[in-house]
Amino acid sequence: MRIRHWIVRRLSHLDPILLVLVLLLLGISVAVVASASGQSPARITGHLMNIALALGVMVVMANVPPHLLARVGLPLYAAGVVLLIAVALFGEVRNGSRRWLDLGIVAFQPSELLKLALPLMLAWYFQRNEAVLRTKHYLVGATLLAVPFLLILRQPDLGTALMIGASGFYLLYFAGLSWKVILGGGVALGASLPLAWNFLHDYQQRRVLTLLDPSADPLGAGYHIIQSTIAIGSGGLFGKGWMRGTQAQLDFIPERTTDFVFAVFGEEFGYVGTVLLVALHLALVARGFTIAARAPTLFGRLMAATLSLNLFTYVFVNMGMVSGILPVVGVPLPLMSYGGTALVTLLLGVGIMMSVATHRQLNKT
Amino acid sequence: MAITSLKNLDRELAHFHLRLKVGAGFVALLAAALLARGYYLQHMQHEYFVQRAENNRISLVPAAPHRGLILDRNERILADNFSAYTLEINRAQMASLEQTLADLQTLIEITPGQLRRFRRLLAESHEFETVPLKSRLTDEEVAIVAANRYRLAGVEVKARLFRNYRAGPGMAHVVGFIGRINDRDLATLRENRQEQNYRGSVHIGKTGLEQSYEALLHGRTGFDQMETDAGGRAVRVLSRIPPVPGKDLRLYLDVELQAVAEHAFGDYLGGLVALDPRTGGVLALVSKPGFDPNLFIDGVDPDTWKALNESSERPMVNRVLRGIYPPGSTIKPFMALAGLELGLRRPGDSIVDPGYFMLPNSRHQFRDWKRGGHGVVDLRRSIAQSCDTYYYKLAVDMGIDRMHDFLAQFGFGEKTGIDLAGESSGLLPSREWKQRRWKKPWYPGETVIAGIGQGYHLATPVQLAAAAAMLANGGQPVQPRLVAAVRDPATREWMPLAPSPPRPAAGISPAHLEVVRQGMLDVTRPGGTAAASAAGAPYAIAGKTGTAQVVGIRQGARYDASKLAREHRDHALFIAYAPADNPALALAVMVENGGSGSGTAAPIARAVFDYYLTGKRPGDMKFGDDDAD
Repeated sequence: MRIRHWIVRRLSHLDPILLVLVLLLLGISVAVVASASGQSPARITGHLMNIALALGVMVVMANVPPHLLARVGLPLYAAGVVLLIAVALFGEVRNGSRRWLDLGIVAFQPSELLKLALPLMLAWYFQRNEAVLRTKHYLVGATLLAVPFLLILRQPDLGTALMIGASGFYLLYFAGLSWKVILGGGVALGASLPLAWNFLHDYQQRRVLTLLDPSADPLGAGYHIIQSTIAIGSGGLFGKGWMRGTQAQLDFIPERTTDFVFAVFGEEFGYVGTVLLVALHLALVARGFTIAARAPTLFGRLMAATLSLNLFTYVFVNMGMVSGILPVVGVPLPLMSYGGTALVTLLLGVGIMMSVATHRQLNKT
Repeated sequence: MAITSLKNLDRELAHFHLRLKVGAGFVALLAAALLARGYYLQHMQHEYFVQRAENNRISLVPAAPHRGLILDRNERILADNFSAYTLEINRAQMASLEQTLADLQTLIEITPGQLRRFRRLLAESHEFETVPLKSRLTDEEVAIVAANRYRLAGVEVKARLFRNYRAGPGMAHVVGFIGRINDRDLATLRENRQEQNYRGSVHIGKTGLEQSYEALLHGRTGFDQMETDAGGRAVRVLSRIPPVPGKDLRLYLDVELQAVAEHAFGDYLGGLVALDPRTGGVLALVSKPGFDPNLFIDGVDPDTWKALNESSERPMVNRVLRGIYPPGSTIKPFMALAGLELGLRRPGDSIVDPGYFMLPNSRHQFRDWKRGGHGVVDLRRSIAQSCDTYYYKLAVDMGIDRMHDFLAQFGFGEKTGIDLAGESSGLLPSREWKQRRWKKPWYPGETVIAGIGQGYHLATPVQLAAAAAMLANGGQPVQPRLVAAVRDPATREWMPLAPSPPRPAAGISPAHLEVVRQGMLDVTRPGGTAAASAAGAPYAIAGKTGTAQVVGIRQGARYDASKLAREHRDHALFIAYAPADNPALALAVMVENGGSGSGTAAPIARAVFDYYLTGKRPGDMKFGDDDAD
């Protein structure tokens, strides 16, 4: 009886709307990964196990009260930065960039840690200084953002650096960063783009150029984009049907269970599927924003809003890449792509949103 | 304090809500961009991408047709196909060609000749093409290569159809051979819009009937519409257009007659064409020496090619079609006929032959081959004894212009139109020709020697045979043809090949022709130049001997075969038809360095007539091995 009661209490922290949306998306994901992998039992079981693990993490996180979460912000951030420095000094080079830290048993990308640690750190910092927020605090916030951003950029891993930079920026934005600074920064960024181009590595420049004209290198860098747009476009309004996409089933789409899973989905479920997928993600963001709007603490508001916006950014970057409007960067489609780390990180974030939604007491540190 | 803090909180909340709304607007913008892109790809560009996806997925795999067979008149097989395994190399798929070759050589035997041929083919082919290394693998070799496939990337064992020429070197100049399609063949195919039809083909006819009947023999390539994956592997067949096999050819030619003729040449080289004078059907076509056409199918190895090409015997040249020789005395029956037809001679007119002829106002003697002359000679005798003096004078009376025009009616100076490529048109000289070619006037002395087929006049053996056939059939021009009928392998019904439209008959008076034919009959009777060769034949042969000079003989010197090196001896010629009263076969024989027509050429003709008309085979000849592989 007590155990049952305990379980009910733990589960009561699950926000029902978020839960339904997440389960719907994960259900679609299982179907698409099954089709994309050619019904590979290993892939499907692996995916189901990742989902189970990530859902477990989500349930745990939903039960951690926000004020406790806020406490881990600083140590997590500090650990992440230290590890990033360690990577820069002793990291292992794979595929031409220094991203991995070999911990003996597992190889580990510390940049993954920062995806959550940076928003946590910043949210904790702004909540701590809630009553006395001044320009100084935004400068400190910007510095906290810049340190991991530059370290990751140096690895080099432009994609992750930008995604982490975006999450930090969203948090500063929701924390009330002056419109003038945002607009000024935007203008300055736009002006410095040509300069930034020269700092891009060859392969990064090639990816951008490939986006502008995929047919220039149809069997090389352009192959991914060409094949994925063919898949999506040939899907039409209603799709070719589950497991009936020729591009997917005949191996024409590369990385089709992971980063390019949307190409398989678009081919087999058509524009109707695309609209549904975007709608589900929009609903997720809408729910996240609602939670943020109702959150009792600044920490909760900032975390829920930032995580929601961040999630949709991932959706946009991935779908934009697969459908050929953004360059190819290694970003999975949230709640759809096969891959344990990304899924756990994501549902960890959703768990935090649920925790914010269900812990309504004013708990301050 | 509490109130200001609350007010601050309200203000900050309002501020935060505004930021959420702006954030929501931003999200809506991104979502709209995604949906717009999706609409563009999946609705507006849908048709285009469907086509692209289909092109990705569907590939046409050509299915090569079976090549038609070539059969002789009794349906003995001259060329057919067999399937066998070949070892082929795709160099694009291997790390090191040399390493792979070395590995292969440890597994199966590869001869230096095969390796040389392979390297030559490799040099001629594109990077991504597969090139055969060894054909006709044994079952054991196939098994060895298959067992080691995992370490032989780019090495393929393919089942292929091979051409097999069963009839040996003697038929090489008739049947010809196929060879690998090269860049020049490809250009021709492209020109004729046949490129698609050869998508699955490796070989194309290069010479002989294989070349001239390529369009019939090849057939139509079929296509399998296959679904393939991104790696190009076939997943399943969607639809199939079966190949249409090539047509079989049946010849007029009789391989046994051909073998008899070839055998009759003995050690001599030369050519022979035997025609049915009624149809122009080629009953035998010998060009000696021949060669083994099987060597050429997948590219001959460089040493063999060099040996064949540089041999002084020139086995690759079809003497019957491309060899041009002065017709010599074989022109005399046609000259005699011209004399009668032009009203210059009557059958009874005779001359007294002193053994030479002189033009007015000239001291140059045009000598008869017979020292002292033939005495009193009329038209029949002039043919029977091959009197030169008679024709010197006749030629001068006739003049070169009328001579040219009359002989042209018998096909001299023009291609016969035989169904083989590469025929020479020979040369029938005329005043205009000499002016055009040499910018010089025609000299009377040139007319004199033209009367006995010497000088500028050059003829091919096939022209001589076609002309002889006209004498045999009463003046009807014939077009020599090898292929009698064509068969669709599906219906197995022979369809006679439409004969070429008959050319207008020469309009020769039968009475005049009869006189000439009597003269030719006298040639093989006692007293005639070929009497010995015809002795004892149960049928009558009408013929005419001739010699074609190889080296010029000085004025005053005599031709003496025994004193000349063999390669400087005259070529021996003989034209004939038999039976004389109802000719079934007309032929021309040319024996290189044979000396005299009566000595070497006429006996060969006799052997051919004997076999064709009576079935008698030369006693020292074996038969029955032409079906062997």
